[in-house]
Amino acid sequence: MSETLTLRVLRYDPDRDAEPYLQDYVVPYREEWVVLDALSYIKEELDPTLAYRGSCHMALCGSCGMMIDRQPKLACHTFLRDYVGRPLLIEPLDHFPIERDLIVDQDGFLEKLASLYPYLIAEHERTVSEGEYRQLPAQLAAFRPFAQCINCLLCYAACPQVAINPDFAGPAALALAHRYNKDSRDAGELARAEVTDSPHGVWDCTFVGACSEVCPKQVDPAAAIQQTKISASFRWLKARLLPGDKP
Amino acid sequence: MDVISTDIVIIGAGGAGLRAAIEVAEQAPGLEVALLSKVYPMRSHTVAAEGGAAGVIKSGDSFDLHFDDTISGSDWLADQDAVDAFVRAAPEELIRLEHWGCPWSREADGSVAVRAFGGMKTKRTWYAADKSGFHLLHTLFQTSLKYPRIRRFDEYYSTDLLVEDGRCTGVVAIELRSGRLVAFQAKAVILATGGAGRVYPFTTNGAIKTGDGMAMAYRAGVPLKDMEFVQYHPTGLPGTGILITEGSRGEGGLLRNRDGYRYLQDYGLGPPDPWPRNKAMELGPRDRLSQAFWHEQKKGRTVPTPFGDAVLLDLRHLGEQKIDERLPMVRELAKTYIGVDPVHEPIPVRPVVHYTMGGIDTDINAATPLPGLFAAGECACVSINGANRLGSNSLAETLVFGARAARSAIAAVAQSPAIDSRAVLAQAEAAEARVRALFLSQGEESAPVLRRALGEVMEQDVGIYREAESLARACDILVSLRERYTRVRLDDRSNVFNTDLVQVLELGAMLDVAQAMAESAQQRTESRGSHQRLDYPARDDAAFLVHSLATYAGPGGTRPAIGQKPVTITRSPPGERVYGGGGS
Repeated sequence: MSETLTLRVLRYDPDRDAEPYLQDYVVPYREEWVVLDALSYIKEELDPTLAYRGSCHMALCGSCGMMIDRQPKLACHTFLRDYVGRPLLIEPLDHFPIERDLIVDQDGFLEKLASLYPYLIAEHERTVSEGEYRQLPAQLAAFRPFAQCINCLLCYAACPQVAINPDFAGPAALALAHRYNKDSRDAGELARAEVTDSPHGVWDCTFVGACSEVCPKQVDPAAAIQQTKISASFRWLKARLLPGDKP
Repeated sequence: MDVISTDIVIIGAGGAGLRAAIEVAEQAPGLEVALLSKVYPMRSHTVAAEGGAAGVIKSGDSFDLHFDDTISGSDWLADQDAVDAFVRAAPEELIRLEHWGCPWSREADGSVAVRAFGGMKTKRTWYAADKSGFHLLHTLFQTSLKYPRIRRFDEYYSTDLLVEDGRCTGVVAIELRSGRLVAFQAKAVILATGGAGRVYPFTTNGAIKTGDGMAMAYRAGVPLKDMEFVQYHPTGLPGTGILITEGSRGEGGLLRNRDGYRYLQDYGLGPPDPWPRNKAMELGPRDRLSQAFWHEQKKGRTVPTPFGDAVLLDLRHLGEQKIDERLPMVRELAKTYIGVDPVHEPIPVRPVVHYTMGGIDTDINAATPLPGLFAAGECACVSINGANRLGSNSLAETLVFGARAARSAIAAVAQSPAIDSRAVLAQAEAAEARVRALFLSQGEESAPVLRRALGEVMEQDVGIYREAESLARACDILVSLRERYTRVRLDDRSNVFNTDLVQVLELGAMLDVAQAMAESAQQRTESRGSHQRLDYPARDDAAFLVHSLATYAGPGGTRPAIGQKPVTITRSPPGERVYGGGGS
C-alpha cells in the first residue's frame, strides 16, 4: 500500500488565470479518508488558496459535488482507498460555469427549481386548527423517494442533455416537481405542467438514465421524468379530445 | 460601496432564518426581506438533524408534561415563561410544516407518527425517518420560493453588524463570488446563524458552524448568555464525529460497554428493562449519558478503537425491517464510514460536541438588548434549553422562535426611526477597511495552526468535566491565541471566492466565542446539566440559579466581563432531576 496519493486538482481563478490548469498535490494516504479530508489537508498544509465547498461530511448538505476521476461524486462520500496507485483527478462539476477552482455557479439550477412551483399547492388551504392532513404510509411511500434529493447536482453533471441544452430544467428539478405531483396533499400538477410539459421540460430528456446512476440518494430522477412524460401525454391528448376543457 | 436598503435583513438561511423569512412574507407581505447566508440555504446545518422535532399532539400528552420534561432536562436553568410559550407553539408550527409538505412519517391511520426521545416522558417527537432536519430544511426552503419579497443573497459572508445611536441598522457582508463588500441597511435585523460546535475539534457540526452570528452580536455589545453549556451528544461515530441519532435509542437501541453490560444502570438511570422505558437508561438525557461514558472510560470498561475509546450501540434486536424503515440513514452512515452494518453488529459510538445551549442573549420575543436586533435558533439563547437541551426540542425551537423573531421584527420596522444613510455607509466602510487590512498585512501567524491550538485547548480543558486549574489554563491560552490572531496571515489575496479569507474571519469568531465559553465556565463554580465541575460537583441554587452573561471587552480588552441575569421561574421550583425507575 502506498503511503501517499497524488491529487491532480483543477485550478482556475478568473482574476488571474487565462485558462484552467491542473496542479498536483501529494497527500498522505489514509484508509479512512474521503476526498474531502484530502482537500482539507491540502488547504491546511499545502495550499490555502485552493477553493472548494464542503460542510456536513455525511452526504446530506450537498455542498461537495465534484468530478472525481471523471465521475460526478460527493467528495465526502468517496474514499481515497478506492483510487490507489495513480493520480486522482479532481475537477469541478461538469456542465456548470466555474467560479473558481472546484466551485461552480449553482444559481441556474435554483432558478429552474423555482420555476417549477416546488412547494405544496393545496386545493383548499388548511388552517392549523384543522390539524394535519391524513396521509397513509402507502401515500407517503409514493413520493418519498423523490423527496430525498439533496440538490448536490451530480445528476446535472452526468446528464448529456444538460450538456447540449442549457435551458433543460434538468433531472433534480423535474424530480422535485414530480415529488410534489405525487404527494396526496398536493393539487399543483397543472401549474407545474407549464414547465414540465414545455419544450425545456421532460421532453428534452432522452432517457439515458445517467442521472439515476450517479444519484447518491437513489432518487431516480429518470423514473420521475418518465412518469411525468406519461402524465404530460395524457394532458396533451385530453386537451385535443376535449377542446372545451382547460388543458 | 453599494448600499442595499431593505426592511428586514435575516442572516442565516437554515431552519430559523427560513422560518422567519416566510413569517414576514405571510404576515407583512408589504415588507421586503433580504435573506443572507454564507452558503446556499440547502447547505445549512439544520440539514443534519436526524431524530425529529418535539411537539405535543397525541392524546395522553400535554403541554404541562412537555414543560416539565424540558425544565427538568434544563436542570432548572431554562426560563419558564419561554418554555411555556415554546411548548404551546411547537405543535402548531409542526402542523404548519406538515401543511407545507414536510414528509413526516405516519401511523397506519395516516396521522403523524411520534417516537420516544431522551428525557421525554412520552412519545412526542415527530420524525421523517432519520432525516427530520433535512426534510424540515428543504420544505422550508422550497416553500420560501413562493415569495418574491424574500430576496436571497446566497453565499454572502456577514462580517459586522451596523449600529447607530444604540440601534442595529444593518449588516456588512462580503459577496463571495466577487469579493466585494455590500452594506445592507435595514429597519430590523434577525440573526439565525446557528451554533459554534466547530470550536471543538471533535463535533457533529458541519464546517460552517463557526459561531459567526454570535461573535457579530457580541462585538456589537450584546452579551452571550450561558456559553459554558455545551452539549455532548452521547452517540457519534469515532473519528469523524458523524451523528448517530438519539432516535436509534428511541426505537429501542441499547448502549453496552466492553463486557456487553448496559452500564447506564450504574449511573442512576436503571432499571435495565429489556423494553424502552421513557426517561430511563438509553432514554435518559444527553448530559447524563455523556457523563456516564466519561466514568466508564475512567473505569477502563470502554472499547478501544483506532479513533479513541467507544461504547457499543446495539440495534441488532430491532431487526433489518425496522432499521430500514425507521433508521435507514443510520445504517447507511455506519456501513459507509466505519464499515459496520448495525443489522449484524453493534455500532461503536462516543460522546461528541453537538450543540451550544448558550448564545445571543434574547428575551421571550427573540429580542436582544440592542434595539432592532433579534436572534433565533441555535445562535440565540432565550433560554428554553438551560443547562442541557432535550433532543428534538431544537428543531421545534428554530420554527417557534424563527416565527417569533419575525413578528418582533415586523413590529420593530413600524417603530423604526429614520436611518442616517451616511452613518451606515461610514460604518460599513470602516468594516471594509478591516477586511482590506488583512489583504495588505504581512501576518506571521498561520490560521490553521491557531485553529488547531483552539481545538486542542477546548477539548482538553473545557470538555465534559472541568476544574479550576484546567479552566484557568484554557482562559490564559485563549487570551494568547486571540493576541496572536491579531497577526494572522491571509495567504490567498484573490477577490474571487476567497475561502482562505472566510476561514480567517471564521477563526476570529470562533476565538471570541470560545473565550466566552471558557470564561463563563470558570466563574460557574457549581455543576449543572452539561457543565460539570470536578471541583464543585453539586448544583448550587443559592449562588448559581442564574444565567451567565459574557460581555465583550472591546478591541483593546483581553477578557470578557462575566455578569449574571435572573432565571424566570413561574411555577416549577428547582427540584431534583430524577431519571430511571423513579422518573418514568
